Amino acid sequence: MSSATAWTIPAVRAALDSRKISARELVKEFYARIDRHNPELNIYLALSPDRAYAQADRIDAAIASGDALPPLAGVPLAVKDVISTRGIPTTCGSRILEGYIPPYDATVVTRLEHAGAIILGKTNCDEFAMGSSNENSAYGPVRNPVATDRVPGGSSGGSGAAVAAGLAVVALGTDTGGSIRQPGSFCGIPAMMPSYGRVSRYGLIAFASSLDRIGPLARTVRDAATIMSTLAGRDPLDSTSAVAPVPDYAAALGRPPSGLRIGIPDDYFAEGIDPEVRRKVEAGIGLLEKLGCRRVSIRMPNTASAIAAYYIIATAEASSNLARYDGVRYGPRVPGATLIEMYRKTRGRGFGAEVKRRIVLGTYVLSAGYYDAYYLKGQKVRSLIARDFREAFEKVDAIITPTSPIPPFRLGERSSDPLQMYLADAYTVTGSLAGVPGISVPSGKTPEGLPVGMQIYGPAFGEERVLQLAHAFEQAGGADL
Amino acid sequence: MKISREDVLKVAALANLELTDAEVETYRGQLDDILTYIDKLNEIDTSNIEPMTQVAAASADSSTLREDVVVRSDVITEVLRGAPDPAPLYFRVPRVIEK
Repeated sequence: MSSATAWTIPAVRAALDSRKISARELVKEFYARIDRHNPELNIYLALSPDRAYAQADRIDAAIASGDALPPLAGVPLAVKDVISTRGIPTTCGSRILEGYIPPYDATVVTRLEHAGAIILGKTNCDEFAMGSSNENSAYGPVRNPVATDRVPGGSSGGSGAAVAAGLAVVALGTDTGGSIRQPGSFCGIPAMMPSYGRVSRYGLIAFASSLDRIGPLARTVRDAATIMSTLAGRDPLDSTSAVAPVPDYAAALGRPPSGLRIGIPDDYFAEGIDPEVRRKVEAGIGLLEKLGCRRVSIRMPNTASAIAAYYIIATAEASSNLARYDGVRYGPRVPGATLIEMYRKTRGRGFGAEVKRRIVLGTYVLSAGYYDAYYLKGQKVRSLIARDFREAFEKVDAIITPTSPIPPFRLGERSSDPLQMYLADAYTVTGSLAGVPGISVPSGKTPEGLPVGMQIYGPAFGEERVLQLAHAFEQAGGADL
Repeated sequence: MKISREDVLKVAALANLELTDAEVETYRGQLDDILTYIDKLNEIDTSNIEPMTQVAAASADSSTLREDVVVRSDVITEVLRGAPDPAPLYFRVPRVIEK
């Protein structure tokens, strides 16, 4: 294997099976690359070599004794820093959790390790997953490995960059309004947000509980599907996790997509879209048509209201979830003469600018006199957006949109105006509000060489269909359009 | 102007958040822009629409709530290790009750 970016889950397995490399040697190779590239890219916030080598040695021992290997045996994995990992520092990209070491693992971490994956470390992200560029991390921005003067997207920017740079084979991200899909688009890799309830949130440090989801960023759609099969399923520790049976997602990939009806909502190709992004996504739709999909024009009339509804609901839930950071149980404390003064100083000092802005906005929309006008209104508009999706899926099997209206931008280029930054989430917050699954797949590059992502939405618990289409698109050369 | 300096201070107090004077001014202006943008929702008729608080597919499964049984967790020592001012078995905070 000459290039680290050529490693995929099947490639790891083949190399282990043929004894070309041991799990320990593979981990060593990845840590060597991390040592070389992390100072520039700032992807990893913490590394976990003790845990990684212990897991690698278990895999190597199983190989030596001829035992059957679990499905993800030896696969080097990066985990976004908002997901709890026992014994490994977990900061959420925030000063307010500096030095925090969780006493337990998130369910997704337990499941992946049981399946043989090797956790290399924790990836940088926007503070508490609030951002679209990774510039809101208290530990500095991540650079996009595809173009290092650009942002990798956010909030799972470290996870997207880790996979794109070959510093992990797969990575876990989280998506509340686009935070898996948009960095996938910006870094030129497949990235999947599952249906709400499909993957347990136990151990995910909450941002907005009715929206938060965990999912994979990977080099191939097949790898994303393989990870999904391990992540998905009921967890007694998360009462919102669904009991619906989990299909073998990788098995769905071989089915040809011919005859599937793909819905193209004009509402997603309206104002504000970069012409190059539009061109590449139109070309992507053309490729799906060549594969036998039937193009259907649809209307999703409430699309333009999604950002306003999303920023009401997400900030309201965040202001409540983030009340727990008060300097009592974890993180640094700023002393105060009274308990309240200690809370105020600790929170004022510990949170960064974007998090404070969202706490203030979320508290405002929930406060007496504004609750009905903002919070309740936002939830009603959320119903309308969910209805748009339900009605669309009566006519089509999948919905195709751009992932982001713009290609990756330069560091610092958009950070001065928060509203402008929020508006770039237009195509991803809709699916977040509706609870449906969505994947971003690479759909060519701009003339400057910047990746463009095409988004495929499916109906709730329709992950198989979404992955099937994404895989066919990838195999037909979607990334090189 | 939709939001005043006093509004920001009031909300910050509700959220137990200390803000500098500069932050108050910055957030006032930014929240004004954001709330003005959000106001476009008022153009949408939602008179017969129920609010959506949760994704239906997930809450439909709530019949599967687990049994409420006590299980040993045994994590007190480990949890306290992460606290800024632990006292054996407790989190210590500034005095809240006057003598």
